[in-house]
Amino acid sequence: MTDHSPTQDSSFQTEALIAEDIDAYLDQHQHKSLLRFITCGSVDDGKSTLIGRLLFDSKMIFEDQLAALHSDSQKHGTQGEEIDFALLVDGLAAEREQGITIDVAYRFFTTEKRKFIVADTPGHEQYTRNMVTGASTADLAVILVDARKGILEQTKRHSFLVHLLGIKHLVLAVNKMDLVDYDQATFDAIVADYTSFADEIGIERFTAIPISGFKGDNITAAPSGAASPNTPWYNGPALIDHLETVEIANFAAQARSFRMPVQWVNRPNLDFRGFAGLITDGAIKPGDPVRVVPAGKTSTVKSIATFDGDLDEAVAGQSVTLTLADEVDCSRGDVIALAEDPPEASDQFETTIVWMSDEALKPGRAYWLKLGSQMVSATVAEPKYEICVNTFEHLAAKTLELNGIGVAELRTDKPIVFEAYAKSRQLGGFILIDKFTNATVGAGLIHFSLRRAQNVHWQPTTITRDDHAALKNQKPLLLWFTGLSGSGKSTIANAVEQRLNLMNRHTFLLDGDNVRHGLNKDLGFTETDRIENIRRVGEVAKLMTDAGLIVLTAFISPFRVERQLVRDMIPDGEFVEVFVDTPLEVAEQRDVKGLYKKARSGELKNFTGIDSPYEEPENAEIRVNTVEMTVEQAADHIIAQIMPLK
Amino acid sequence: MRQLTHLERLEAESIHIFREVVAEAENPVMLYSVGKDSSVMLHLARKAFYPSPPPFPMLHVASGWDFKALLDHRDKTVAEYNLELIVAQNEDAEEQGVNPFDTGSALYSQAQLTDPLKKALTKHGFDAAFGGGRRDEEKARAKERVFSFRTASHRWDPKNQRPELWNLYNAKKNKDESIRVFPISNWTELDIWQYIALEKIDIVPLYMSSPRPTVERDGLILVVDDDRFRLEDGEEPVERSVRFRTLGCYPLTGATESDATDMSTIIQEMLLATGSERQGRAIDKGQSASMEDKKQEGYF
Repeated sequence: MTDHSPTQDSSFQTEALIAEDIDAYLDQHQHKSLLRFITCGSVDDGKSTLIGRLLFDSKMIFEDQLAALHSDSQKHGTQGEEIDFALLVDGLAAEREQGITIDVAYRFFTTEKRKFIVADTPGHEQYTRNMVTGASTADLAVILVDARKGILEQTKRHSFLVHLLGIKHLVLAVNKMDLVDYDQATFDAIVADYTSFADEIGIERFTAIPISGFKGDNITAAPSGAASPNTPWYNGPALIDHLETVEIANFAAQARSFRMPVQWVNRPNLDFRGFAGLITDGAIKPGDPVRVVPAGKTSTVKSIATFDGDLDEAVAGQSVTLTLADEVDCSRGDVIALAEDPPEASDQFETTIVWMSDEALKPGRAYWLKLGSQMVSATVAEPKYEICVNTFEHLAAKTLELNGIGVAELRTDKPIVFEAYAKSRQLGGFILIDKFTNATVGAGLIHFSLRRAQNVHWQPTTITRDDHAALKNQKPLLLWFTGLSGSGKSTIANAVEQRLNLMNRHTFLLDGDNVRHGLNKDLGFTETDRIENIRRVGEVAKLMTDAGLIVLTAFISPFRVERQLVRDMIPDGEFVEVFVDTPLEVAEQRDVKGLYKKARSGELKNFTGIDSPYEEPENAEIRVNTVEMTVEQAADHIIAQIMPLK
Repeated sequence: MRQLTHLERLEAESIHIFREVVAEAENPVMLYSVGKDSSVMLHLARKAFYPSPPPFPMLHVASGWDFKALLDHRDKTVAEYNLELIVAQNEDAEEQGVNPFDTGSALYSQAQLTDPLKKALTKHGFDAAFGGGRRDEEKARAKERVFSFRTASHRWDPKNQRPELWNLYNAKKNKDESIRVFPISNWTELDIWQYIALEKIDIVPLYMSSPRPTVERDGLILVVDDDRFRLEDGEEPVERSVRFRTLGCYPLTGATESDATDMSTIIQEMLLATGSERQGRAIDKGQSASMEDKKQEGYF
């Protein structure tokens, strides 16, 4: 078998151009586009050899590096007398001795048409983290398979991960074809095998290429475009030719609606106020109407200011500084977007999380979340399930360990601007940071918001909540009464409202039972419905405080997290949690509505205090003990707390 | 719809990195070696914050054996762009008997470059320092993150790097930790030269060929930049047309014979060359893992 290396021809051509007409070469090079790709494969699939080959063929290896390679090949090489290309790319000393790559390394090479950045990531199981990292910036993935071994568990795992990270272009590189005598049947069987697997996990398309990284078959095409003479049965593109022509993800991003996360506000003097950022999606021109989200104010672009002068247009992938026609509030973390199609903001999401730390995920614990230029505090719920990366089964999970991947709900302490990851990587991908060690412990993909009002944008109004309150001559408040059924919440709230009314205060009492007759009559008593019940009451109460009212609510609201949810909706100092503290046996003894009896007999399910927990407030603003106090005393106590005598 | 060129994409990425650091770090600084990579970095920094000047000072670690033309270029640039310059230098070199002729290369770079750098970073309390490292330079660099964390003693732990996904950089650091940030990580030597040509960036004239007094020693052509250069017995400086691909301390940096006096021919020579740019540097010689060892000790 002859050593086929057509690549030499094209590299000689380039060299001739450089020697004869350097300016023509530079002009050509200057107009090259950039493709980032990732190579994935098992330890023995010949991945490093392939990358070494790409670097070698594109003349990215100098003689002194080659000399070091020769001496290293003698010392650690696995290819006998031949040059071991793998040694060229295995970076760290410790790795070289073990003969495996254990981290993400980035390599560069260039051809006549494109410049390439290759993320080289290891194949073995414990390094899912590195693969996900490498895949996050890639436009394309090369999945390497050893022709002698076919599709392995690892092949499937890698394919799953690059698919998860949203890589649209997949290349199945069936390597080491020289070791199976360039047998077509072997290649076809592997492709058929992979096709059925791809269907299974939702990969729509892939390109299969028979190659030999070691010998050079189908790495680059002959000038005639023909495949390697060793694989006359193959009609598709050579690897490099495919890499040179595949569409770059940035191109698709330009077609979407404009978005630019603001990184930094540039204010050199009083006359200039610019918003600096990298455009993630779409294009922008001076005069285009934009909206600053999450606040929702609109303006138009005045100029696209750059060091090289104002631009007429800027597109996704460019770092620019925008000035706006109006003085609008806008700072780091905000997103400037196309006015008529802005992204949503939300604080509850369904996400996929990839865990990257030795210390397992702690559901409920607060982590920093960074998305675009937004940094907020976030908590992750117990995963709904973990995905086994080998079988893709959904497994029950209470947490995620290092390299674990799971689907979980996530909540942030304030709304963040986002897009579904499937739509935008830059506005749908986030990292989680441990608040104590500051390490990056996880990465996540947003699927959708759990909030319903997804596409509604806040309409700024002229009369503000302060105006409403000023007219009523009072400070809006939300008195949130919580306690067991029968503790006396409604009775006491009613007595408090009567007193406030006598004091000429504008009030409204939202009672649990009453609300369930109207606004919330579609809700039952499952945990989900109870959470939604409280959420709606919180939103209604918020609108009423915006209108300047003192709102009283009487709901069992047994869970701390929901009460916290409402607290977070209301401006600081206006949420007053009133804990109506009545021991269970006292409340059960009173049993005004006969509910405890029904619950005890099993007639009522999910009854707080019986078969569903009540989480007592830890830091309620006001606590009234109904065993020691009468209703009148309790009401007087509350009034004294909220309306101190001047 | 517009296909961005690879240089446009690299430029946008570097600018994004500069802005992230300025938004999140408290007291950033840029390591300014005055070489071609530093010149590109400075240009990118000026673009990132335009019309404001770069909101951080430049730190130059001078070994005391720098080319005169390099120092001139530094002072000219600083004045022209109105930059704040801090020069770090080992003031006790003479007393310690450290010089590029008698001191071994490891000890020399430690005493003249690494130690003054660490001292300056600590003294001024810089929590983030931009450096011009590129991943194509060397195998150890290929695996370094854009945001690379250093312990209080400025050491690098290659086994404990933070994953970097998408374009999200985690700049949160522990007390006493500092960050080395490499905004041009993804640029290659060719990209750097091409960008210099395209953007007409002013660089030290030493990169261009010119007749210079030289001696040949251990396979390196050295330029006799001033009269401190210790000539060996029988050594006579010879005038040769030479230029540099990389700049270090003049008695340790090899020049190449060349007639290239403009950008196109420099790039042509670079592309047709058979040696990598670090070949001219005495510091990288020795075992091939040596850069990694140096990085762990705090070398940039």
